[in-house]
Order: sequence, then structure tokens, then C-alpha cells
Amino acid sequence: MAEHNPFPGENNTGHFWDDNIRELNNPPPQWWMIALWASLAWFILYGILYPMFPVLPWQSQEGGGFTKGILGWSSIKEYEQGVEQVEEVRAQYEDQIAGMSAEEILDDPGLTQYTLASAKVLFGDYCSACHGSGGQGNPGYPVLADDNWLYGGSLAKIQESITNGRKGAMTAHKDILTEAEADTLANWVVEMGETQGEGGSEAGWKLYNEKGCNACHGAEANGVLAELPDGSIVTVGAANLRDSIWRFRPGGYESAKHTILYGVNQPAVEQTRDAVMPAFGDAAGSLDGKLEPDQIKKLAVYVHSLGGGQ
Amino acid sequence: MDELYAEAHHWEVNTGGETIHAKRMPGKWRRIKWLAASVWLIFFLGPYVQWNGRQAVLFDIPNRQYHLFGVTVLPQDFWMLSLLLLFFAILLAVATALAGRVYCGYFCFQTVWTDVFTWIEERLEGSPPQRRKLDKAPVDARKLRIKVLKHAIWLVIGFLTGFSFVAWFYGAGPLWRDFFVGGANAAVYASVALFTFGTYLLAGWLREQVCFWLCPYARIQGVMLDKSTVVPAYDVTRGEPRGRVKKGEIEETRTTGDCVDCNQCVAVCPTGVDIRNGQQEGCITCGLCIDACNAVMDKVGRPRGLIRYASLDELEGESVKPMLLRPRVWVYTAILALALSGIIYGLSTLAAIELKVLHERAPLYVQLSDGSIQNKYTLKILNKSETDLKVGISAEAPVPLTLMGAEEPIAVKHGEVTPAIVFIKIGRSDLDGERLPVTFVATTQLPDGTQVSAERENAFFGPSR
Ligand code: SF4
Ligand code: SF4
Repeated sequence: MAEHNPFPGENNTGHFWDDNIRELNNPPPQWWMIALWASLAWFILYGILYPMFPVLPWQSQEGGGFTKGILGWSSIKEYEQGVEQVEEVRAQYEDQIAGMSAEEILDDPGLTQYTLASAKVLFGDYCSACHGSGGQGNPGYPVLADDNWLYGGSLAKIQESITNGRKGAMTAHKDILTEAEADTLANWVVEMGETQGEGGSEAGWKLYNEKGCNACHGAEANGVLAELPDGSIVTVGAANLRDSIWRFRPGGYESAKHTILYGVNQPAVEQTRDAVMPAFGDAAGSLDGKLEPDQIKKLAVYVHSLGGGQ
Repeated sequence: MDELYAEAHHWEVNTGGETIHAKRMPGKWRRIKWLAASVWLIFFLGPYVQWNGRQAVLFDIPNRQYHLFGVTVLPQDFWMLSLLLLFFAILLAVATALAGRVYCGYFCFQTVWTDVFTWIEERLEGSPPQRRKLDKAPVDARKLRIKVLKHAIWLVIGFLTGFSFVAWFYGAGPLWRDFFVGGANAAVYASVALFTFGTYLLAGWLREQVCFWLCPYARIQGVMLDKSTVVPAYDVTRGEPRGRVKKGEIEETRTTGDCVDCNQCVAVCPTGVDIRNGQQEGCITCGLCIDACNAVMDKVGRPRGLIRYASLDELEGESVKPMLLRPRVWVYTAILALALSGIIYGLSTLAAIELKVLHERAPLYVQLSDGSIQNKYTLKILNKSETDLKVGISAEAPVPLTLMGAEEPIAVKHGEVTPAIVFIKIGRSDLDGERLPVTFVATTQLPDGTQVSAERENAFFGPSR
């Protein structure tokens, strides 16, 4: 470094090499420096206001952690506030729904929309494991999106099914029927389904009535035992054999024969069909009363709207 | 080596260490500058223009509706915004390719607001030498009075800027009603505060430093110039060697060039540039040095235009390509036209209703007890008109179908999307394929009696066969 500046008047920093190579002074713009110091000040201020600096273990009571900031902000508090806001918005609807019947909800387009959106979550949590995400059913579990209901598809009936659960029963006929009889009946069921009940064979009808199938499936084989004056029907949950829908998929001859031979929900029969809908309400035998009546109401509206509500 | 240092030495970079007090001189470009600046009055007065009983242009963010005179644009139409942005970006490019940073020099809010701020400064503090003197003088009652007044006026302009900005979004009427009684929301106050302070800081203090160091446009535009771009330029061949007018020298026999080295061009430059060094990053092409030099040339009796709008080609004596022969101009113009026609198409075809159809996936189809197949659809009906509407839904397919769930017209509030669930049922014997095309039609009647409809194609699925 030279003792005196051989290039007077030049904006150099006074650093020289090899006599004539020198460092010129090109300072950053003044406001850059101002901005730099301002950011530093901001950083410190921020650290005072908000949680920021790690604290050495022996300095904090809880052992480790960080400075909490004088505003007392924390992300969990912000989250809780957010939840509160959402709850506030929902409360308006929930309060209305609490005082209404499922039918009244369905009459109000706005509330129906809210209910469908909110029940979608419930359906996902409690129903979709068996009935599928869109009510499309699963092998052994009924489709909720069609118009076929073993226990009725009105809002009231759906609520009843969710609240109390359903457990149908069908005797195993393997010891009652001969192989040929079972064949005839199975074929008859297939014919009935394919022809909307018009084309069942004489032999099939005969067996159907003789073996007592009509006790549950009804005289018409449509699952209806009696029709009440108010239009509602009496059923024990036995399938309508005149329609195209199979309670136990895939349906068809083999499937029908299996059901006839081994029945449904027969504890003593090894290959019997399992068909149990658990109770979700507060009634005895429920799954700890998992769902509130309002939730069941919402679910009923949801299931009703899946495609086959009556 | 020494040459390098010599160049570095005289190449002084404006880092804002010293405030630039530019002289104001009247002239042609000065007038054009004021004229261009006055377009910004629209920014302040626009929110007060009414149209059909409503603020003509209102960007209603909370309700997600954007009113442009008779047209209401909803977020669904925002593809037009991207076209608009494209249009302006290309416009900037065209302008720059043809005439350099004209935007910077005449229209940029940074330039315009700074211009107004320095104009106020000159009214209060006097000419540049007076201002420099005042800056250096010790604080006394007079200086304090002048400075406080100046900063107060600056802040008021900043406030008006923020207030007017917010008025475009909040509505001028409601803003005047709510703002001063504390009735507006926090976002409004924060925006106005930010603008007030921002304007004050950028136009009052940072000024040309923004153009030098902050503005990205300045850098982008800098690389869009070429040798045929017309910018304010100093005619070196004519001006050099510069020299002062000597007493008694006869004009015909002088040995110096036309430049009288009076430094007026530097004195008037708002960014402190000496244009005689050639085109450079600091020049915002405001043309004020042209006015200054022309005035000097008039005084000394030499022809005007020593500094003038000229391209580098022209100054170097090369042939100047006519504008229409430059491919750039064509490419840019084509993009401009495309973007513009897209926007016009969009605005002219804004339908009153829009229909979207979502097919249910789980299950794709359902078999009903009578053997027919049912599909579920969620319709989303968007009402972009000014009133609530009743929308009727119908569906068509190549085979007979039953549409359920749309027996009653669906009520759709204006500016809202209303979902509706409908089902289509097709008899098993009619279903002649795994997949059938279905067209949904939403029809409604506007208050003025016109029928409008929206169509949407979708599909009907059945079991494989
Ligand atoms: S050099 Fe001339 S045109 Fe460029 S900014 Fe300065 S006054 Fe304006
Ligand atoms: S104003 Fe014109 S004459 Fe004066 S110094 Fe600038 S270029 Fe030269």
C-alpha cells in the first residue's frame, strides 16, 4: 500500500498494487444502506414482537424452546381462531337444522346444500367403508344410490336404519331343499329379476309358495307383506325378487343359489351371508352412540339425495 | 490500462448521494410531458364517474365482481386479464423498440409524480441554486416553515393517491362515507397508509433512484433498444469539439463545433445524466434536454436539433430503415392485434349464464330396480347477470331419457354459482352403448325479455356389454 496517493483526485480507496493497479471506490447507493439498516432494525423489532430466538436450555424454565415475543402470538392460537370463525359460520346453519326435520331441510335449497356438504364428511367417516365413497355399495353391502330399499327409502326410514341398525335374516335351506329344488328356485329368481317378475316358471312359483318363501318375500315376491291404508308398506327387509337388483353381488344363478342354501345371518351355518348394518344412534346395542340425532338427520338427507330417495 | 481508469473516472454513477435539482425550462417536450401526465387525472377522477346508477368502473373484490361500465366481469372471465396484461406488455415492447423508454419519460407514475413533487418544490423553495442553498443553510424559522409546508403537501398528494386507488375497489361514495369516521375495514386503512407513505417516499425522496436501481422495467427496456430506435441523442459530429462562444469570433470561421458547453442539457436533466456521453442507463428519454439545447441554439443563432430525437443509425450517417420494414414492428403488432381481438371477443360474448356439468364418478352409473340405468350429475349454474334468475334445465341424448331433479326451474342469485343435482335415467333397452353423449341446456329469461341459454356436453355411462 502506497504511503501517499499517486492519483490525487481519483475516487480510489487508497489500496494500490504494482504501482498503478488500484481499487476504486464505488459505494452502493445511499438508500441501499438505509434499507439495510432499516431491515436490521425490523429484524430486531420482529424478534421482540414475535416468537423467534432460540433460548439456551438453562435459560428457560421449560428447558429449551424459544423467546415467545411480547405480542403473545402463536400459530396454534391463530389456528384456533380460524376454527372458531368456521364454527361461527356453521353455527348459523346448525342452529336452524337442529330445530328442523329432515323433510324440512330438503325443502330448503340453501340448507340442503349445507347439509350435503357437511354430511359428506360424516358419510366418508362412518358409511363409506362399507357402502363406498359415493354410496355405490360393495360386494355384500347394498348400493345406496339406487331406488331399491329393503327397509324403505323415505327420510324417516333411512334415519331409522342409521339409528337402530338393521339385521335381516333368512333361513338356510340346504337341509330343506333337494339339489334339484334349489336349482329350480335359483333359476326362478334369475328369471324373475330379468323379466320384472313376469317370467317366473310355474315350478318355481310352486316351490316358492310351498317352501314358505312367501312368508318373508310376500305373496307377490316383491318383499312386501302388506300395504297399510296410508300407503306405507310392511316388510321384514326381505329382498324384492321382481326387480333387477341383487342384494348380494354379483347376482345371477350361483349367487342366488348360495343365498338360498346358506341363508343370511345364520350363526349356526358356516357359509351364511353376513348382512349387518350396525346401529349408529343412541339406542341399545349401538356403537357407543357414535352419532348425534342431528348428524343422523344430516346423513339421512345425504343418503336420500344419492339417487334413490323416496 | 490508464484509459480504462480514465473512463471509470469520468463515468460517474448516480447513487443518490446528492439530490438532483433539475432546472425547469419551457419547450415543446415539456408541454407534451404535461399533456401525457394529465392522463393520470383519470386515476383521481375516474371513481366518481357513474354508469347506470353505479360506479362506472368498480373492482369489487369482496364480492368478486368487476364492473366495467355496462359489463360485469366475474373471476371466471379472468383469462381476459391475462390477455390484457399481454397486450400492455407488448405495447411497452413496441413503444420501446420504436422510441425507447417513452413510457418512462412521459407516462410512468414514478416520473409523473416526481415531476409534480419537484414542481411543488420549485414553487416553495425557488430555482435549483436557491434550493441547494436552502438545503445547506442552518435551520431557521423560514427554512422550517418552507420545509414543513413542502412535506405536508407531498403527504397530502400521497394521501390523495392512496385514497383514489382504494376508491376504485371500495367505491368512491362508500369510501367518503366510511373512511373519515373509522367505518372502513383494516385493509382500506392499510392500503391508504401504504400508498401515502409510498408515494411520499418514492416521489419525494427516492425519485430518479427508483429508475436507476429499483425499477425492473428500466432494465428490460434498456435491452429492447437497437440502432434504429429513435431516442433523444446528441449529434456528436455536429457538436464536437465543444467550446464556448468567444467574444468577437466570427461564426463562419470558428473552429469549435455547435455545442457551446453551457451545460444546460445537464442542468435540466431530472436524472442527472449528461446526454453528450451517449445513450446511457440513466436516461429516461424525457426530451427535456432537447428543449434546453434548442433554447440555447436559438439564442446563439445556430440551427436547432443538436440534441434531438434520432436513431443511432441516423447519427452515424447510415441509411434509416423505414418503420414498416422492421420485422420487430410486425411481430409485435401481430401479438397486439391477437391479444386485443381476444379481449374484444371475450367482452362481446360474455354470456349471462354459464353451465358446468360434473358427472358423478362413484358410482359411474346405478342400475335401478326396473333395470334402467341412472347417472348422477352436479350442475353448476353461474349467473353473471344483474338480477336473480330462474333457470330451466333440459337434457338431450340420441335415445329417450328421463331427467329428474330439474322439474322446477332452479333459482340462481346474481353473481353466484348454484349447484344442482340432477339424474338422467335411460331404459336398459334404449341404451345402445357403454357411453352416450348428453347435452345439457340451461335456459332463462332476462328481465328485459331476452332468452339466453348455455349448453354443456357431457356423457351418460352404462354397464359394459
Ligand atoms: S438525458 Fe435528456 S432525455 Fe435523458 S433523462 Fe436527461 S433530460 Fe431526459
Ligand atoms: S445544452 Fe446544447 S449547447 Fe449546451 S451543453 Fe448541452 S448540448 Fe451543448
